[in-house]
Amino acid sequence: MHAPANPFVHQPSAARAIERVAFGLFRSATYFVLICATFIFGYIFYKGSHTVFQLKPPFINVPFLTQPPETLYVFEEGGKKVEMGDREFRAYKEKNGGKDIPAENYVYCAGGIGPCIVGTVFLVIGSMFIALFIGISSAIYLNEYSKQGRFVHFLRLAILNLAGVPSIVFGLFGMGMFVLFMPFLQNFSNPAVPSLPVGFGYYLNFSGWGVCLLSGWFTLAFMALPVVITASEESLKAVPRGFREGSMALGATKWQAIRTNVLPYALPGMLTSSILGIARVAGETAPIMFTAAYVFRDKLPWQVEHPVDVLFQGVMALPYHIYVVSMKIPQNEYTERVQYGAAFVFLVLVMLIALTSIFLRIKMRNRYRW
Amino acid sequence: MKDTLSEPRMKPPEPTPVPQAATLLNSEEAVQPSMIEVENLDFYYGDAKALHDINIKIPSHQVTAFIGPSGCGKSTLLRCFNRMNDMVDIATIGRGNIRIHGIDIHRPDVDVIALRRQVGMVFQKSNPFPKSIYENITYGLQIQGINDRKKLDEVVEKSLRGAALWDEVKDRLHTSGLGLSGGQQQRLCIARAIAVEPSIILMDEPCSALDPIATSKVEELIQQLKGKYTIVIVTHNMQQAGRCSDQTAFFYLGKLIEFAKTEKIFTNPAQKQTEDYITGRFG
Repeated sequence: MHAPANPFVHQPSAARAIERVAFGLFRSATYFVLICATFIFGYIFYKGSHTVFQLKPPFINVPFLTQPPETLYVFEEGGKKVEMGDREFRAYKEKNGGKDIPAENYVYCAGGIGPCIVGTVFLVIGSMFIALFIGISSAIYLNEYSKQGRFVHFLRLAILNLAGVPSIVFGLFGMGMFVLFMPFLQNFSNPAVPSLPVGFGYYLNFSGWGVCLLSGWFTLAFMALPVVITASEESLKAVPRGFREGSMALGATKWQAIRTNVLPYALPGMLTSSILGIARVAGETAPIMFTAAYVFRDKLPWQVEHPVDVLFQGVMALPYHIYVVSMKIPQNEYTERVQYGAAFVFLVLVMLIALTSIFLRIKMRNRYRW
Repeated sequence: MKDTLSEPRMKPPEPTPVPQAATLLNSEEAVQPSMIEVENLDFYYGDAKALHDINIKIPSHQVTAFIGPSGCGKSTLLRCFNRMNDMVDIATIGRGNIRIHGIDIHRPDVDVIALRRQVGMVFQKSNPFPKSIYENITYGLQIQGINDRKKLDEVVEKSLRGAALWDEVKDRLHTSGLGLSGGQQQRLCIARAIAVEPSIILMDEPCSALDPIATSKVEELIQQLKGKYTIVIVTHNMQQAGRCSDQTAFFYLGKLIEFAKTEKIFTNPAQKQTEDYITGRFG
């Protein structure tokens, strides 16, 4: 018996060679991304964990997470090098008869980042509410109410363009618009700034809101809007047309149909994608450095005299603090500790927000299915 | 899109009491007064003319079937009756008018919400809301602000009985409407439509996604309903039109070719095109 020659025998060809090269290229590109990401995360986690974690209980460096930044004092004591934070150092001097101890000082290298964490959380939550409200409302208008035509096309284009605006421009816009221009409603006319009488003895005084939470919220929210609007529109589109037609055929107004039979099913998608977008924006330094962030503030946001003052105060914020300790203070062997510690905490914070949104998505998906 | 909110709210057009047909008309063709009257209607999608000069009088308390090949305009005409086309941006009426209960439905003082309560609709793809069976039925009432539990319970039972679904679902009223079979979902949609007490029910190919058994149940239901409602049904299925309608209208390329009693259309059509379609020569 003679076996027939294999008609499918392996033959070298140019196409096979190119195939192998292409495959290799695509794979190595993907791996390259993976390696970069692993390196960045690994490096920050490794370096930062020295600051955030410790070997003795409670294993987490609690003062670093709760204390405000302090100046670090380093001095010689009996041939030994002693490192002390500002307050500790002053107490120490007091104890030793109040006489001056010659010490080197390093600004912001002791203490922690407590107020920065609090400030960032305040900024994220406030801007999230504003971005969600404006974003979802515009998405509803664009997707449900507006007549699809040239004007709406132009609106969409404008929103897409907003996504391409550099963050520093948003920061400057926020400063010009909110910090320097936005009006207060007051019962007197401020002669130093443009003032507009609105009747009943009240005036709109265009004195600007100043560097404060409110300015930061709006600036961050405007930056997040393109993502929020796009994500919300996608979620609205995913709700079957039949739900709208079904309810309107039963005599529902458009808003009734949207409120009862579109929004509940679109909301999970809207929220999760939007929160991810906002988490991303919250990491930006440029938009808040002119509008909301203070280099240092010893009061926490709730330590105000009047409740309204909560809105009109600057806060410390993690991204800005990282910028300050990396670029604005003299570098030395002690700064690294704060830099990596803050970066580590910041990464974890953003990850937590992202995880929350993913968790929310899974939970809500299970509730609404069709 | 026309904004339904901005239009003045009007009382729903009072259903005119149906006069005894015999006293008004002697013609054998029109034994009932007409419920929906369409006069010289031209309809456009953008620049494309979808309906050409339609004239039709649909009698009350009967089943009227619209047949014709895909794209012939039968669904478009149906969706004109409850102004569902208002939601399509590019849809415009070029000429002519539609009167329901004798009232031109495009009159500025007609509230489209009130109109849609009078003219219910069942869609091709059954579209129960992802809510419970109970909530599906009460939806139309709750958006009117009716929240009285006793009244709602009553309506739910009445509507489900009316749609011949009560016995199948009475023990699971509070489970999701999406858990029902395809045929049950479609009957749920019919129950939902009759819960708001319309006088007309429009059905847009209600059985196209159903198996023969579910289809026959819906058809039986249509027979029961015609005593109380005027029914207009769009169908691709000529046997269905033959089985359950009293009059049949045949549409072709946006024109109404023939409208007559169903027996006549199927046994002795006046137009050559109707005969060709019915005998399966095209379409």
